[in-house]
Parts: sequence; C-alpha cells; structure tokens
Amino acid sequence: MPVSLSGFLTDPDSQQVLIVSRLPRTLAALLAGAALAVTGQIMQILARNRFVEPMTAGAGQSAALGILIASVVFPASAIWAKMGVSALTTLIGSAGLLLLIRPLPPTQPLLVPLVALVYGGVIGAVVTFFAYQGDMMQFLGSWLTGELSGVLQGRYELLWGAAAAAGVTWLIADRITVLSLGENAARGLGLNVALVSGLGLAAISVTTAMVVVTLGAIPFVGLVIPNIIARRMGDNLRRALPVAALSGAGLVLVGDMLGRTLRAPFEIPVASLVGIAGAVVFLALLYSEPRRG
Amino acid sequence: MIRLSGVSHFIGGAQILHDISLDLPKGGITALIGPNGAGKSTLLSLIARLTPLKQGEITVDTLKIGGCSDRDLARVLAIMAQSTHVSARLRVRELVGFGRYPWHRGRPGPADHALIEAALERFGLLPIADRFLDEISGGQRQRAFVAMAFAQDTDYLLLDEPLNNLDIAGARGLMRLLRDMADRDDKTILIVLHDINYAAAFADRIVALKNGRIAATGAPDQVISDTLLRDVFDTDAKISRIDGRPFVMV
Ligand SMILES: Nc1ncnc2c1ncn2[C@@H]1O[C@H](COP(=O)(O)OP(=O)(O)O)[C@@H](O)[C@H]1O
Ligand SMILES: [Mg+2]
Repeated sequence: MPVSLSGFLTDPDSQQVLIVSRLPRTLAALLAGAALAVTGQIMQILARNRFVEPMTAGAGQSAALGILIASVVFPASAIWAKMGVSALTTLIGSAGLLLLIRPLPPTQPLLVPLVALVYGGVIGAVVTFFAYQGDMMQFLGSWLTGELSGVLQGRYELLWGAAAAAGVTWLIADRITVLSLGENAARGLGLNVALVSGLGLAAISVTTAMVVVTLGAIPFVGLVIPNIIARRMGDNLRRALPVAALSGAGLVLVGDMLGRTLRAPFEIPVASLVGIAGAVVFLALLYSEPRRG
Repeated sequence: MIRLSGVSHFIGGAQILHDISLDLPKGGITALIGPNGAGKSTLLSLIARLTPLKQGEITVDTLKIGGCSDRDLARVLAIMAQSTHVSARLRVRELVGFGRYPWHRGRPGPADHALIEAALERFGLLPIADRFLDEISGGQRQRAFVAMAFAQDTDYLLLDEPLNNLDIAGARGLMRLLRDMADRDDKTILIVLHDINYAAAFADRIVALKNGRIAATGAPDQVISDTLLRDVFDTDAKISRIDGRPFVMV
C-alpha cells in the first residue's frame, strides 16, 4: 500500500501501515546493518585478519544450527529462548573458528578466510543435513537468506538487543583495539586478554544470533564496511565503530529499498543483493590488498 | 632489581633453560647475547610473564612473576617482543599511545597525551606520527614499537632484538636513545643484541647465554674475549681493542 506524506497526516490507515510495517522494517534494516558492521570489525580484530566476518565464517551457520536445534527439540519455546540457544551455538561456533585459525601464520593472511569459508561451509552442511532429517527444509531458507519482507511491529524488536550488544563493544573499543597488537603485546600492557576476547566473542554471538533469528543471515556487511573504513581511517575502534555502525545501517537500508523496488512487486532478499555487491567488493579488496611478508 | 633463581624451562620434552640464577641490579643497560636458539627470547618472555613460569622464581622489584597481576607488572616493566605483528591498521601515534594503556585503561587524560607526544618527539616520530604503520619503513616501525614501550613509562624495559631491520644509522641512533634513557631517566634496560659490538659499545653489563645456560656475565671488557667467541658462539673471530674497548673483527 503506498503511503504518502499527506496520506500519513490525514489517513489513519496510512498511519497504521507506517507504524506497523514501514517503520519497523526501516528500523530493522538500520539496526541489523549497524550491528553487523560493528561485529564484523570486532571479529576481524579477534581473528587478527581482515578477511573474515561472522556471517560467512561459521557464526551465521552456527546461529542457524542453534535455531534448528531449538525448533526441533523445544518447538513450543518462545522466540527469545530459541535466540538463547542460537547465541550459545554461535558462541561455540565462533570460538571454534578462532581456535582453528590460531596456528595459522600471520604472514599468510589469505589462509584465514579460506579456512573460515570451509569451516562455515561445513557447519552449513550440517545444518542442511539436520534440517532435511527433521523435515525443516522450508525454514532453512529463511535463516540462511536474510530478508526484511516479514518484518512487522512485534517481530523485529530482538534487533534492538543486537544493536545494544554491538553498542556495548564501543565501551571496550580501546581494549579490543589493544588486542590487535597480538596476545603477548596486549598482556604486556596489562590487558585481560581472555576477558576482552570473551566479551568481544559474546557480542558477536548475541548479535549474529539475533539477526539470524529475526531476519536470517545477511553476509558481507560485516566484511565490506570494516575493510573500507580501515582503509580510510584505520582501525582505532573508538573512532571507527560509530562510522561502521552508520555505514552498515545505510548499506542494509539501501539494499532493502533496492530489493523492494528493482523487481516490484516481487522482492529480492536483502541478503542476496548485499551478498552480490559484497562479493564483488570483497574480490576487489583481496586483489588490492598490499601483501606484506 | 630483577632476580631470577633456579629458573628452568621446558618446551615439549626439551629443556630450553637450565637452572638460571641471575641478579640484574637496577639501572643501566644489560645486553643479553648468545647464539640463535640459546634461549634469550624464552628468558625474556618468562621475566615478562608472557610465558608461564613453571620452575624457579623471578621477582621484579617487589613483584613476583606468576603472583602479581598483569596490570601491576605492566606499570613496572615493559617488553618489546622479537616479532611484532599488528593486525589492525593503526597510526604511529595510536600505537605509541597504547603504551599508556596500563595507566589509563582506555581513558587517556591530558598527562597521557603529553607523554605520548614526548615519546614521539624523543624517538623522532613526530613527522610520521599520523601515518599508518603499513606506510612507514621497517626501521621506523621498529622505532615506533620502542617508543610505545618507552611511553609505558616503566622502570624496566625488556627489548628483544630491537635493532632488527635497522640500518647502521638507525641502530646507533636507537642505542644512543636507550643509553640516554638509562643515564637520564634511570631506566633499567635488558636488551637482546645480535651484534656483540653494539653490546660492547653501549651496555654496562653483558650476560652471555648458551644452550640455556649462562656462559658468562660481567662488564663488556671482562666478558668479551676470544674464548667467549669460541666457546659461546663457535667462531674463531678475533677480538681487537679500539680506544680500550673490545671489538670483534668480523
Ligand atoms: N614454540 C616452540 N616449540 C619448540 N621449541 C621452541 C619453541 N620456541 C622456542 N623453541 C626452542 O627453544 C630454544 C630457545 O629459543 P629462543 O628463546 O627463541 O632462542 P633465542 O632467542 O636465543 O634465539 C630454541 O632451541 C628453540 O628451537
Ligand atoms: Mg630470540
């Protein structure tokens, strides 16, 4: 239903559409985009590598696995309970990735995204297998491909939590940046490495789980935005995170608007649009990254 | 004073350090020398609690390694490791600024900023302070890391081969700065050096390590000799004296 400004001012039906559907959808895009960009940047510090982001590096797939488990084992449980299970599997999944890439040499920066992609792919395959076994295939698409067409008032509010979890990381932005000096140098500065890494991972997991539960996985926002910001202004997170949040919010909002209008009345999921654009930018970044030994 | 007693260390089944006891008095520069694989880096990272101490005891002033908090030690002792790899894209000023972290815990005040600028100035980094670490030379980066350790404003500084990557002007410049820090600021510096001639020229004391054991300690004059080169470094290079100072003829 078209909503015009004059209609909104005079027509109660238009007001209703705006409040129940349009406003939530816009807010959902902004909140998810901001949260994804921020957690992407944090993931890159924790992984000590530019080319990973939670959605494609196992966290997104682990989040889907969590909802799947919750839906099969406790089908009647509330959405926040499913979210909790999902956050837990995400935490395990992302911690697993960090352990897996730990021994990789920092002089071979492309090994990390390779391992991460394989890792994410394996967990994704496990998810598909169980979804097939549990006769849940019809839901799988909605978790693995994020889109905003189903967003209505009352069905997106978890995303405030995702944005809040990402926002909390800003409070420890300096500590997370210190981590990028490496574990030893960070400890040498008296940083509680385990605590700060744990908080960062927790923020990533909660955010990813909330986005996947609410909208489905939206890839590449967490990869492309931090990379562009790092090039322009560096990785000092206290300054970079707010810019990342704004840019991510803008990217997902524009992606969703395009997805709604390009083939109207059909919708292209925002995940597909952002994914295609992101993949192209990602390749460009890979090829233009100066290699250092 | 840094005091080690009965420190041994094993990696896998191999014994890397054998029952090391050593007193490093406060003040001055101590050069830790020895062939590759002697255990110098291991010893430094044990003192700086980066490697957990399993056997023996290490104290730095009144702080006992393994028994004090990371934060307390970070205000007394700074370490610059042998290999430094920063994954994030940081500016020189930001890197040096992290040296203040143990003091401000993420909320730098005016005093911190003043100290950061002072460190940048002292290490000649002001002209490149706003450049990213991947936009400067290896030598400049090395200097930035030492400046970060200096900004940490600790009594003790542990530096593992800081002359890596430096050309002769850079190496001499850095050693003079360290000398100056020891003389003017009463810093106690423990530095791993590759080049014995630098140790002879700038250090007050030398500790020579071989196969995880202390082979010699003392003033450069007493320690550096043909015998040391033969027994510790397995080379028959000769020592000559220039201006009364031992000099390895390479
Ligand atoms: N992670 C490790 N695993 C196995 N052996 C190691 C490890 N780190 C160091 N070593 C061994 O410990 C010994 C001392 O190493 P190190 O302290 O780095 O020597 P130095 O700094 O004097 O060159 C060497 O023989 C080295 O091979
Ligand atoms: Mg070494």
